[in-house]
Amino acid sequence: MRELLLCPPDYYGIEYEINPWMSRARGAEAALARRQWEQLHATLSKLDCKVDLIAPRQGLPDMVFTANAGLTVGRKFIPSNFRHKERAGEQPFFAEWMKQRGYEVRWLPENLYFEGEGDALFGGDVLFCGYKFRSDIQSHHAVADMLGCLVVSVELIDPRFYHLDTCFCPLPDGGAFWFPMAFDEYGQRAIREHVTDLIDVSPEEATHFSCNAVVIERDIVLPEGAPQLVIRLQDRGYRCHELPMTEFIKAGGACKCLTMFMPQREGVDDADGTPGRP
Amino acid sequence: MVSETIELRGHIIDSLILPKVLDQILTHGANFKIAEINIGKKRADQSFARIEVSAETGEALDELILRLRQQGAEIVERVNAQVTSAPADGVFPPDFYVTTNQQTFVRFDGKEIEVRPAMINSAIAVDRKKGTARAVKFFDVNKGDEIVVGHQGVRVVPVQRATTHTDVFQFINTVIDADEPKSAIIRELAEDLRHARAAKGKIAIVAGPAIVRTGAGEHLVRLIQAGYIDRLFAGNSFAAYDVERALFGTSLGVSPDLAFARGGHENHMRAVNAIREASGIASAVEKKILTSGIMHACVCHNVDIVLTGSIRDEGPISGVTTDAIEAQKVMREKLADVTHVILLAAIRHSLAVASMLAPTVKTVCVDIDPSAVEKAIEHQPLQSIGLVTDVEPFLRELADCLTDSGARD
Repeated sequence: MRELLLCPPDYYGIEYEINPWMSRARGAEAALARRQWEQLHATLSKLDCKVDLIAPRQGLPDMVFTANAGLTVGRKFIPSNFRHKERAGEQPFFAEWMKQRGYEVRWLPENLYFEGEGDALFGGDVLFCGYKFRSDIQSHHAVADMLGCLVVSVELIDPRFYHLDTCFCPLPDGGAFWFPMAFDEYGQRAIREHVTDLIDVSPEEATHFSCNAVVIERDIVLPEGAPQLVIRLQDRGYRCHELPMTEFIKAGGACKCLTMFMPQREGVDDADGTPGRP
Repeated sequence: MVSETIELRGHIIDSLILPKVLDQILTHGANFKIAEINIGKKRADQSFARIEVSAETGEALDELILRLRQQGAEIVERVNAQVTSAPADGVFPPDFYVTTNQQTFVRFDGKEIEVRPAMINSAIAVDRKKGTARAVKFFDVNKGDEIVVGHQGVRVVPVQRATTHTDVFQFINTVIDADEPKSAIIRELAEDLRHARAAKGKIAIVAGPAIVRTGAGEHLVRLIQAGYIDRLFAGNSFAAYDVERALFGTSLGVSPDLAFARGGHENHMRAVNAIREASGIASAVEKKILTSGIMHACVCHNVDIVLTGSIRDEGPISGVTTDAIEAQKVMREKLADVTHVILLAAIRHSLAVASMLAPTVKTVCVDIDPSAVEKAIEHQPLQSIGLVTDVEPFLRELADCLTDSGARD
């Protein structure tokens, strides 16, 4: 059973603008946001998952996006170093919460920006990490040192897809769905070399945050608005759960941004190359 | 050219970061040299590369480095050069840095200072107050001067081959042996000298007595008359042979015009005496004592004559610098703005001159002895041609190429 961390949207709102989706002039509707989050919570709870909740904090509206809390592998938790000061205040609460639950908190050097699972996703035994808009590539080396796994760093070039989890979603069978245009040429090549079955998401569906999906074995929880992608996933035997996410997309997030795996992976490759269990 | 050293680490092969960085360097018109690379053996092992990046200007390099930093490149922090005081006049401290003739920089307080001039086999004296670094010879160093020791903080920038244009020096940096054809090379060389003259370059010749003895003097005179020689470096004997030939028709008693004719070895001494009596070559020309030959042509066509002495000299004739240290200084001064040097059948003098040249000076060495040619061009591996041949046919052909076309001009 997968364990997930969510944060209720009590204080969620568009209070600042740190990505192209955010506009204080176009705020999120609180009641609707609450309903959408509850629907996500309910959907995940019905799947083979244990959902934990961290208490939201006033003045930290984006704390709802728990994927950016950090990266959890086995019992190790690597807290994020947020690039924007608006979100930096979330770090101690997430770190404390994880520590209290017995996770070993492994800090990155303060000068390296790293935004957790938002920019770090395992595909097979490779940890794919996005860089430029939020995370620094140097943080990837530090993460690779801590975890002892292969990290493939890919440059993000479209500011709308500022985190890796907004444009790339690995699948448990070794494939992934992605929006290639969000990556530079080298990033695209690196992903193609390491992922065998890639499903390209159209630009229109990508802007509905279709890649921002939570994958629990054969179930995929993703935002509404990607009928073509859903068909292709269903063809591969996945069950798709499409949810309205409009109020969170206004802040540049959706299903995956609202969810952190605890852990994302039990462990990494053994020395002899045996892949770790997801 | 300015350069920085960067380091890349991480999974730079799987992430294609290494090729990306190298591509970015090239697409920005810069160059790179991989100084060190360590590829991880196991899948999870990280790799490492140290890369020297060089660009035309400091601004271009800064802009490029800024981009490379986004790809994880870390600039290798440079350390300052170490200095020690010279223990006595004319003595360098132990472990002093010995220069090459390449462009060299020393680093102090985070700034790089270019060492001037670029002079081989010197030490580097630093004046930190003035922010200068100069290459110094033994005679130039005073007790207490700050001299660079060790290699730390010293950066050498080798001369880059030009990629924008090509000439004979870009293709041939080797020795043409006695049994190889030379006409095409001599034609190319003539073309290059023609360009040099048009571009107000400075052409120097280092002349050995064989030029006079083989009867090649008249060809050199043609080159001087056509304005292809700006400076002439030679020893006392070269001048003495030339004057002897002009005054008596012989050189060291041998006439190039009469087969097997011998006699008149005293002519050599009389020639030296004549110039001494006239108080120098220029005044001998002025007094119409000297009316032909190479020295005469030099005086008439304003070629700077730099004569230096040796232990075996007779005389010497007036105007020869006999103090070896003083001679080095004069030669260095007279070579400072030279763009082309032709070393002709004068191996010892040629080696002395070659050791004083900046690496950008185009060098041609002509000698009948292959080992002499190889030694002389060793100093200029990027910009040199060596021809193993008698000097007479070389000068004849070169003068034919240049003066024929000169007539057509």
